[in-house]
Amino acid sequence: MIGAVAPFFQQYPLLWTFVKAVVLASFTLVIPLAVIWVERKVAGFIQSRLGPLHVGPQGTLQTVADALKLLLKEDIVPAGADKRFFYIAPYIAFISTVLSFMVLPFAPGWVALEMNVAVLFVIGVSLFNVVSILMAGWSSNNKYSLLGGLRAVAQLLSYEIPMVLSVLAVVFYTGSLSLTGIIEYQVKHGWNIWHPPIMIAALIYFICALAEINRTPFDLPEAESELVSGFNTEYSGMRFAFFFASEFANNFFITAFAAALFFGGWDGPVLPPMVWTFLKVFVMIFVFMWVRWTPPRLRIDQILRFAWQLLVPVSLLNLLFAIALGVK
Amino acid sequence: MPVSPEKPSTLSTVEILSQGMVINVGPQHPSTHGVLRLILTLDGEQILQCEPVIGYLHRGLEKMMERRPYRHNIPFTDRLDYLAALSNNLGICQCIERLGGVEVPERAKYIRVLLMELQRIASHLVFLGTFGTDLGATTMFLYAFREREMVLDLLEECTGARLTYNWIRVGGVPDDLPEGFGEKVLAFVKLFRERIEEYDQLLTRNRIFRSRTQGIGVLPKEMALAYGVSGPVLRASGVAYDIRKVDPYEVYDRVEFEVPVFDRGDVWARYLVRMEELRQSLRIIEQVLRDMPDGPVQTKLPKIFKPPAGIAYSRVESPRGELSFMMVSDGSPNPVRVHIRAPSFVNLSVLPRLLEGAKVADLVAILGSIDVVLGEIDR
Repeated sequence: MIGAVAPFFQQYPLLWTFVKAVVLASFTLVIPLAVIWVERKVAGFIQSRLGPLHVGPQGTLQTVADALKLLLKEDIVPAGADKRFFYIAPYIAFISTVLSFMVLPFAPGWVALEMNVAVLFVIGVSLFNVVSILMAGWSSNNKYSLLGGLRAVAQLLSYEIPMVLSVLAVVFYTGSLSLTGIIEYQVKHGWNIWHPPIMIAALIYFICALAEINRTPFDLPEAESELVSGFNTEYSGMRFAFFFASEFANNFFITAFAAALFFGGWDGPVLPPMVWTFLKVFVMIFVFMWVRWTPPRLRIDQILRFAWQLLVPVSLLNLLFAIALGVK
Repeated sequence: MPVSPEKPSTLSTVEILSQGMVINVGPQHPSTHGVLRLILTLDGEQILQCEPVIGYLHRGLEKMMERRPYRHNIPFTDRLDYLAALSNNLGICQCIERLGGVEVPERAKYIRVLLMELQRIASHLVFLGTFGTDLGATTMFLYAFREREMVLDLLEECTGARLTYNWIRVGGVPDDLPEGFGEKVLAFVKLFRERIEEYDQLLTRNRIFRSRTQGIGVLPKEMALAYGVSGPVLRASGVAYDIRKVDPYEVYDRVEFEVPVFDRGDVWARYLVRMEELRQSLRIIEQVLRDMPDGPVQTKLPKIFKPPAGIAYSRVESPRGELSFMMVSDGSPNPVRVHIRAPSFVNLSVLPRLLEGAKVADLVAILGSIDVVLGEIDR
């Protein structure tokens, strides 16, 4: 399909860019609808209840209905809020998510922007998420939001480091900073996950990914029972929807990124490459949800101690290990 | 930016650094378990000071009771500790029985104990579920409430109500157990034993759960005694004090059960005490159903009940601790004075001491482990 339309659009580079941007942005908005529905069903399954049932078959349209409701809600800005930051924080969160989707290869040729430093780019733009959370927490003029924001920054920055180190291990091992390059290497040499240093890297990545997308046991920034709703306490309507959408789109992205780094991306027998990508992503998302609905939440000091005393040293050693084995 | 007087000022860095941030938790907050308000002074995530504010649910129950005939007061007690309404019913009925010298038939005593222990299970399951949610383990909530629903179904079959039962009467219970009730209870007991094992897998053996509860909110034995706390909170601090053992009422002296005691005094110990009490309650239920004699369930009393002048005091072990009623009679149909010693009220008084130096995240764990019900704190 892409082969049929691409030559036409490629005559008009600006139009082509525009088309890709629109497709990506809508994809980033649509994917959360699916992921949230899956989340609700999985949570229901784990908690021995049914989950959404009534809107659409098996409740599939429940999230659409929720999104429409949020769209129609009044846009409330709390008195005393720092308006400028309060307004733009959700969009920064969402934009950072859309930007990271830009370099994600879904199948051979299915990538919005072929970038030879894609891994670096992803790490860079995902940090904007931290900025948006801090902005939201600080500008809301709410103490719960502030605490949530502070926790989020401490946590996300701490877990960014071992995560980057484990991603670097893959980069050294495969000798490529481009996601397509990494996947093509795996198509030739087998999935990275089967190689010892990358196995450890994948484990660290998985733990950090849980922390990066704020899921139990790392869901402190919005710890409902303590901080009401954390950094997004004061948000409602569409702005809240953007935070919510970006969180679930991030959930999708962080697993898709893992699929590309560790599980060979689109690589797989029989089924078409696109199906393989989505299959891997949803299996990983299921595991994330499984974790989310099982253990309790850690405390901020325990979380930071775990990151700095265990994950960082281990990932550093692992990086050395990967370099020693990988560099040709 | 100049701040106009009517506009709330934004937080300044100076304010946060200098005297600590004052944060108001409740009365509307997901984890204060009712309308409890806590004024916290924070230094970052550290709690410097905690000031509980109560009274949002005050109804003047004790005064209302003085204006009504004795037996009209039983429904009021349903609204005290609304998670253990039957315990409150029993407390006031025992007090009135002592005041009037009313004898209770044997079978009624057994039925009372059976209902008490079912009620204890239901109440501890609410603790378990909400405690899990407080710590972020939301699944525990649904598991605990799934089983609580079974208990409520049983109690509904017997009493006709699910929350405010109003089923203990002066001189017995209003009616006998329904047909086949014992078998249903035993089926539940069998199922619930397996479910407790499931809770252990989900929470008790979870590393994260342990690290969130062990060594948190330690209540030393001396402090516990000095504050007069009771119930599971006291037993978790190493004091083997259970009214069912030290001052047995109904038929508790005829059943075998153990009183779980732990020395640690932390949140973890309070959790373990309640988990063990669930198992002991099952034991009691089985014995009571085995030994229950046939016979009448209520003593006949005059239409207008006038106990002789005097003072009566009764105490029962409610799921939250020592629940006492004191009533003064001058021979008229109405009590002259009623006093209720609510275990939650006394247990809550120790909260500010436990919170000194704790983290914000520990607040919900500690408050949850004390397991207060605001209905009986505010009366």
